[in-house]
Amino acid sequence: MLEPASIGYAGSARLRPIELLPWVAAVLVYFLTPNYLPLGAYVVIVILFALSLDLILGYGGIVTLGHAAYFGLGAYAAGVFAVRVTGDPLLGLLVAAVTAGLFGLATGAVILRTHGLALLMLTLAITSIVFEVANKWTDVTGGADGLHSVPIQPILGQFRFDMFGKSAFIYCLVVLAVSWWLVRTIVHSPFGVSLAGTRENDVRMHAVGAPVYRRRLIAYTISATLAGIAGGLLTQTTQFVGLSVLGFERSGELLVMLVLGGVRRIYGAFVGPIVFIVAQDFLAKQSPEYWTLGIGVLLIVIVMFARGGLLGLVDQARAKWPGKP
Amino acid sequence: MAGETVTVALETRALCKSFGALTVADNIEFRLEAGARHALIGPNGAGKTTFINMLTGRLPPTTGRIVLGGEDITRLAQAARVKRGLGRTFQINTLFRDLAVLDNVALGIAERLGVAGRLWRPASAYRAVRDEAMALLESLGIAADASSRVVDLPYGKQRLVEIAIALGLKPTVLLLDEPAAGVPSVESERILEVLDRLPADIAILIIEHDMDLVFRFAKRITVLVQGQVLVEGTPAEISADRRVHEVYLGEGRG
Repeated sequence: MLEPASIGYAGSARLRPIELLPWVAAVLVYFLTPNYLPLGAYVVIVILFALSLDLILGYGGIVTLGHAAYFGLGAYAAGVFAVRVTGDPLLGLLVAAVTAGLFGLATGAVILRTHGLALLMLTLAITSIVFEVANKWTDVTGGADGLHSVPIQPILGQFRFDMFGKSAFIYCLVVLAVSWWLVRTIVHSPFGVSLAGTRENDVRMHAVGAPVYRRRLIAYTISATLAGIAGGLLTQTTQFVGLSVLGFERSGELLVMLVLGGVRRIYGAFVGPIVFIVAQDFLAKQSPEYWTLGIGVLLIVIVMFARGGLLGLVDQARAKWPGKP
Repeated sequence: MAGETVTVALETRALCKSFGALTVADNIEFRLEAGARHALIGPNGAGKTTFINMLTGRLPPTTGRIVLGGEDITRLAQAARVKRGLGRTFQINTLFRDLAVLDNVALGIAERLGVAGRLWRPASAYRAVRDEAMALLESLGIAADASSRVVDLPYGKQRLVEIAIALGLKPTVLLLDEPAAGVPSVESERILEVLDRLPADIAILIIEHDMDLVFRFAKRITVLVQGQVLVEGTPAEISADRRVHEVYLGEGRG
C-alpha cells in the first residue's frame, strides 16, 4: 500500500486516493455501527499508539518493548491533571503530550546510547520503574485502584462526552488524523529519510557526517509524545486510568498488532489494531478462554509467510495480479 | 601559501595504536599531499584498516596526532571530520541496503547542505539534493539504477554506490578502502575507470590488494608492515625495493 518508492528524494508525498480509505471507513463506522462507537474510540486510540511505535520501530529501527511507559504516563498525566487542576480535555491532552514527551526525551537520551538487546532491556526496565511508581504513589495515582470517575468537561466547552461515545469517537479520530498527518509528513521529509538511514546503517550514517544520536533522539521524543497523547485519550474517553495502561502486555500486544498490520507502512498501524481488537472482541465471545490461541496462530502465519504483515500480503497480491495500478 | 612547497591535505604525526600488548600502529608518520593519488599497501594484518579507522575517527589513537588541512582533528568526532572534508568508502559494503540508490547518495548530500534534519517539507521538494545526487550517479554510470534498492543491485554496482556516497560529501581527502574488493576482474576495470576520472583536486588515499590497480592508479605508495611504515616512494621505487619484495611481493601476491 505504501511502497518504499514513495518515500525519499525521488518519491512523492502526494496523498493517494487509497490513503483516504481509513477515514471513509471511520465515517461509515460512525453512521452504520453506532453501538460500537466506544470500541471504535478504543481502536482509534490503539491505532495512534501503534503509529507512534511505527515511527521509531518501523522507520527508526529502534526495537522497544517499553512503549507502554509513555502511553501509561500520558494516561496518568491526563487523569491526575483532570482530578487536580481542570477537566478541560484539550489542556489535559496537552499535559499528557508534554509529560510523555519530556520523559521520552530524558529516557531516550540514556537508552539510545545503547543498541540491540541492551536497548531492549532498558526499555523494559523503564516500564517497570514507571509501573512501580504508579503502583506505590497511591496519593496521586490511586495505586492499584487507579483513578475512577475522572472528571472531563465538554470539548471546547461545547461537545459533551455522551454515553454512546459519539463525541469520544470523533474527538479521538480528529486527534488521530492530526497525528497521522504529522507522522506522514515526518517520514517523507529529509529527516525521515535520515532516520531510515540510521536504521539501515548507522556506521555509514556516521561516515556521511550525520548526527545519528540526535536524529534518533528527536524521533524517539516525538514517538513518546504521540504515545502519551494516545494514553491521555484513553483516560479521557473512559474516565478511568489504572495500572493496566502500563503493563508489559500492552507493549507486547502493541508490537504484535504492528507486526500483524505491517511495520514501516504507516497504514500497518491502522490495519493491525483493527484486526487484532475486532478478532479479540469476536473470538473472546466465541471462546473466552482460548481466543489468544487464534491471535497466536494468525501471528505465526503472518510472520512466516508475509514479512510485511497483512499489508505486505496486499502488496504481494497486487504485484501478482497487475490489473489496476 | 605561496611560500609552501607543497600543500599537505592530511598528515599523521607519531600515530600509535595499541590493544593491550598488541601494537597495530607504531609511530606512523604519514603525509598526503593535496590532489595526491597515494596507495597504502601491506600484507594482511599490517594495520591498514586500523590506520584508516583512526583517520576517520572510528577508532581513537593511543598517542599521536592527525592533522587535516592544517587543523588538528585528533579529538574530533567522525561527523565533524566529514564536515571538514574527510570522506571514506568501506572495504565491505556499508550501504543503506533497503533504500533507493538515489537516497543512498542523497543522504550524504543533504547532510552536507545542512537540510538533512528538516521535518516539514517532503524530501522530494529538495530538488537541489536530488539533482546533485542524480548528476553524481550519472557521472558514475549508474543513473539508470537510481530508483532500485541497493540490495537488488549486483555487487559491482554496489561498490560504485559506495564511492558515490563518499563523493557526494565533496571531500578534499578521500580514503578508499579496497574499492575493488570482491569484484570480478571484468567489473573492477570499470571501477578503475571511475577512479581515474575522480576530480584531480581530491587527495586520494587508496588501500588495495590488487597490485595491478595500485600500480596503475597510484603516483606514490606507502608500504605498511606490522603497524610500521616500511618504505614510501614512487611505484617504480617500490617495485624495485628489495625489502618490499621480501615482506610483501615475495609472498606471491600481485
